[in-house]
Amino acid sequence: MRLSYPSSIKIIRVPCTGKLDVIHVLRAFEKGADGVYAVGCMEGDCHFNAGNFRARKRIEQAGKILDTIGVGGDRVRMYNLSSSEGLRFVEYALEMYELINTLGPNPIKTAAKKAA
Amino acid sequence: MIVADKKPIEEIIEEIKGRTKILILGCNECVTVCEAGGKKEVGVLASALRMYFLKDGLDVKIDEKTLERQCDHEYLEEIRDMVDAYDAVVSLACGVGVQFMAEKYHSIPVYPGVNTCFLGAAEDRGLWTERCQACGQCILARTGGICPVSRCAKRILNGPCGGSTGGKCEISNETDCAWQLIIDRLNALGRLEDYETLSPIKDWSTDRAGGPRKVVREDVQS
Repeated sequence: MRLSYPSSIKIIRVPCTGKLDVIHVLRAFEKGADGVYAVGCMEGDCHFNAGNFRARKRIEQAGKILDTIGVGGDRVRMYNLSSSEGLRFVEYALEMYELINTLGPNPIKTAAKKAA
Repeated sequence: MIVADKKPIEEIIEEIKGRTKILILGCNECVTVCEAGGKKEVGVLASALRMYFLKDGLDVKIDEKTLERQCDHEYLEEIRDMVDAYDAVVSLACGVGVQFMAEKYHSIPVYPGVNTCFLGAAEDRGLWTERCQACGQCILARTGGICPVSRCAKRILNGPCGGSTGGKCEISNETDCAWQLIIDRLNALGRLEDYETLSPIKDWSTDRAGGPRKVVREDVQS
């Protein structure tokens, strides 16, 4: 299964999506990411029971904060799939890629470039 | 512990607009436990504010620091050397910490980053409920360890009132009648005779009615 996904997507591995915190998502945007999505296990299949549910809540919190500060909460998403679904992983990657292309670059990055 | 809730970011932004060097100051005690003003929340708020100002092309320096406590001189002293470098502090401590900070550092404006709510307990994950109103005259010995001052909407000392229905208070179906809880508890303890004893009129001078309060302990003073 030699599938490819957009090269602009950088994967950050975590032991469980339950490790993901709001600050990790915000820092990614501070550092210039145009979007962040978390890919967790299927709901109900978390090895630690609630890790992916926690991640979803944190993604939602981060989205609200990004909306408040004008960066855009649409730039964060949570997806669920099982480890054998390579094809779906690519689908989600492409979906996020398309979404970011529609939304345009991170406004912080644009503002920083203007200021420089 | 003192329970606080986060202030909306919009409100904090409105307060600090125009400032260029801001310190976000957290507290490692109660507000950390109730997830409103600890190191983690300091990081999130600071990051959000940095992005907000960057997006608008404003050069605002936002730093983070979390103290062990903000209600003690010794811990607030830790920022003495650095505080002059800022033109505003957003304190995520409870109202006590914010005021103590403002009293100690006169020349710098201090803005609260949380709404201080009550003295309560962590009943469940993400659920904090009121347990004490610091009335200064604890009567828990007579009420089976359940406080009618903080948990009865009317603060009545010989209850329940006529609004108690099915163990719930008339203010809400979700609020337990404190006096029903007290009676059930005294019953379980085999001490219902305590309920028969009328409570005398409470001395409310130790509550807020007597103005700002203080505790003086000469035995521990230096």
